[in-house]
Amino acid sequence: MNVENGIHDAHYYVPPPSRWPIVGSAALFLLGLGAALSINQVVLGNWALLAGFAILFWMLTGWFGDVVRESEAGQYGQQVDYSFRWGMSWFIFSEVMFFAAFFGALFYTRVISVPELGLAGDTQRLLWPAFQAGWPLETGPKAADYAAMHPLGLPAINTALLLTSGATLTWAHWGLLQQKRRVLSRGLAATIALGVLFLGLQAYEYHHAWTALNLTLASGAYGATFYLLTGFHGMHVLVGTLILITMWLRVQRGHFTPMQHFGFEAAAWYWHFVDVVWLLLFVLVYCL
Amino acid sequence: MSTVIKAADTVDTHGGHHAEHHAGWARWLYATNHKDIGTLYLWFAFAMFITGGVMALGIRAELFQPGLQFWQPEFFNQLTTLHGIIMVFGAIMPAFTGLANWMLPLMLGAPDMAFARMNNWSFWLLPPAAALLLISLFVPGGAAAGGWTLYPPLSAQAGMGMDLAIFSIHLLGLSSIMGSINIITTILNMRAPGMTLLKMPLFAWTSLVTAYLLIAVAPVLAGAVTMLLTDRHFGTHFFNAAGGGDPVLFQHIFWFFGHPEVYIMALPAFGIVSQIIPTFARKPLFGYVSMVYATCSIAILSFMVWGHHMFSVGMPATAQLFFMFLTMLIAVPTGVKVFNWIATMWQGSLTFETPMLFAIGFVCLFTVGGFSGLVLSIAPVDTQMHDTYYVVAHFHYVLVAGALFSLFAAVYYWLPKWTGFMYHEGRGKLHFWWSMVWFNVTFFPMHFLGLAGMPRRIPDYALQFTDFNTVASVGAFCFGLGQLLFFYNVIHTIRGGVGPAPASPWEGGNTLEWEVASPAPHHTWESPPDIETVRRGLIAQAVEEKA
Repeated sequence: MNVENGIHDAHYYVPPPSRWPIVGSAALFLLGLGAALSINQVVLGNWALLAGFAILFWMLTGWFGDVVRESEAGQYGQQVDYSFRWGMSWFIFSEVMFFAAFFGALFYTRVISVPELGLAGDTQRLLWPAFQAGWPLETGPKAADYAAMHPLGLPAINTALLLTSGATLTWAHWGLLQQKRRVLSRGLAATIALGVLFLGLQAYEYHHAWTALNLTLASGAYGATFYLLTGFHGMHVLVGTLILITMWLRVQRGHFTPMQHFGFEAAAWYWHFVDVVWLLLFVLVYCL
Repeated sequence: MSTVIKAADTVDTHGGHHAEHHAGWARWLYATNHKDIGTLYLWFAFAMFITGGVMALGIRAELFQPGLQFWQPEFFNQLTTLHGIIMVFGAIMPAFTGLANWMLPLMLGAPDMAFARMNNWSFWLLPPAAALLLISLFVPGGAAAGGWTLYPPLSAQAGMGMDLAIFSIHLLGLSSIMGSINIITTILNMRAPGMTLLKMPLFAWTSLVTAYLLIAVAPVLAGAVTMLLTDRHFGTHFFNAAGGGDPVLFQHIFWFFGHPEVYIMALPAFGIVSQIIPTFARKPLFGYVSMVYATCSIAILSFMVWGHHMFSVGMPATAQLFFMFLTMLIAVPTGVKVFNWIATMWQGSLTFETPMLFAIGFVCLFTVGGFSGLVLSIAPVDTQMHDTYYVVAHFHYVLVAGALFSLFAAVYYWLPKWTGFMYHEGRGKLHFWWSMVWFNVTFFPMHFLGLAGMPRRIPDYALQFTDFNTVASVGAFCFGLGQLLFFYNVIHTIRGGVGPAPASPWEGGNTLEWEVASPAPHHTWESPPDIETVRRGLIAQAVEEKA
């Protein structure tokens, strides 16, 4: 994209001074401080968290509102469009690396730390004679009486849901390119519905795991990797769904043309990224 | 120079954003101008440099003599921890991002950074992050005290200060990621027509590769501290063998971030020195393309050497050999760079203004730090030296005489462009020689202390280490005093210095920033410079040499 002698807008759009960044910083400061206080049982922290989320919501609507207005006013030339493409690509790369940290933790635990704990050496004989290395850690060094999540059932259904949602989103994109606005609108709505259904089923799955299977965050390394990997993925599905809802609202207002609709495309990139992460999760966390 | 300003005025009609330029505090809070945001970054970095520096002096005061003089050991540990985090994340990294903000659009012929609003958010996440760290000094149990590496199980047991440090690191990571996305996009998408990648100033290249490294590893650090947080508060067992986890896992994840981080603090320095040495040698940079390849090689290798921080943790001999040899391999591209700088100076018509002095000081002392790094890369040797003052000496040679000296060089080099005034050359040189001497007085004896077996991160030590510690403490206080002279030099220059600076104050400067007026107008290159201007800037040096 535009590496050598690329596209140059006559006047690259540089936004005027904006209050949103400093508002966002205030929100994140309150969230950081509030979270630190809250998890240490300081009640004030809850209020800081609440205020932080409220301000963050205000900032996000305001900031993205500005971006949408500028876009609709035609202030973004093609060079700006390329900037957004580069920016979104690198953002998704950063997300990939965030998940890589947790996948790395999973691999290390399964390939190195659990087998080493199970080597029938002096350490094990003296400290945890009953421990048997295996995955999921059915007999944890810390007495763990939990059951692992079976891949068939809800996780398989969720896989099907997310894969279908990728197809409906592509259908919507096709509608956008073909000027078929009803297809665009319905495809988006279907994708959102599938996303919401996924989240609902995952919430049910968590409830089932926590109560029926006794699988909690404290269920050894299995519980830790299971919940953090699927949990962060679920948060991304939530954010992706909110982004898609925003896109749906914009479609109702007649935004996006076949030539210029990077907001929609960015949402789609993000959604597909979340899809791919789920596939990795399904294979590596649930199946293997 | 006047044409540039006029050009800026004539294009004022679009969007009308010049009219909305705020005055007073709103200018800084709501900034979308890359120069304003660059200035904010640089001043923030300086404030953190002083904060972290005062903590360093607190450490050296305690270590002036054996025994406990000033601090309780718990507070001493907080000082070493916060000193590390603040200097790395608060001083060095923001200073480089600030320079990238100020200089990249000017050097590439871009009107601003690609995402001007997000740019401001990247900066304004830093003060809240710093505030969280400083607040942590006053919560029950005090600030994080497990060293800047935050290793569990120590960090898993610490008090609330550790949580504040974790959330501070989250904010710093967000800031780094957004800043890096901005830098990469600006470099890839905003260059003037005709400025191909291999015609970019080397500072742009090193900023590009640094930003790539940061986007790759900042999220990994975020993941590591998130796992630490859940281990501390939500019952997970990532780093706890009682649940099948492993504290060593944290070290692997941390250093997967941490080693590229070392180059995140070194590569921009290489870029700065690669701008300054050709200018004052009045010769083009020797081996430009090999510099680019060396930069990329260092970046790739930096992902494969994290284990050399963990030799003494216990790892298979095969893994030790792997990490040891790859670490040594990094000396090759780094050596390419050092030889290229020397070859650039060879037969140049050298002058030794302050930026050049700092750049040469950088080349000499960074090489010393590189060599002690090679010593440490040898696994059996490292087993002896791990966590001794030899390591402290090593990384202060690459971070203080390396990163920090390059920053001083950059400030003196571009101060005329920023302020429109020349600094006082004599006081600049005094600052260099003062820093050079006292830096070595402070850190050179630490090699001996480390070889003799003095462990790091201790408030008290055995009597035989006294003499070198006393020398180091005297050096540290003198070095710190010298930085007040730096502050004075900058303020003096802002207030008029020794007179107005021309657009191109350095005879040999041939990059685009010297084509605009000094001080650089608020808006520059609103229309990209034409290819002839670019070419003129790029070949000016060659023409000059022929003539």
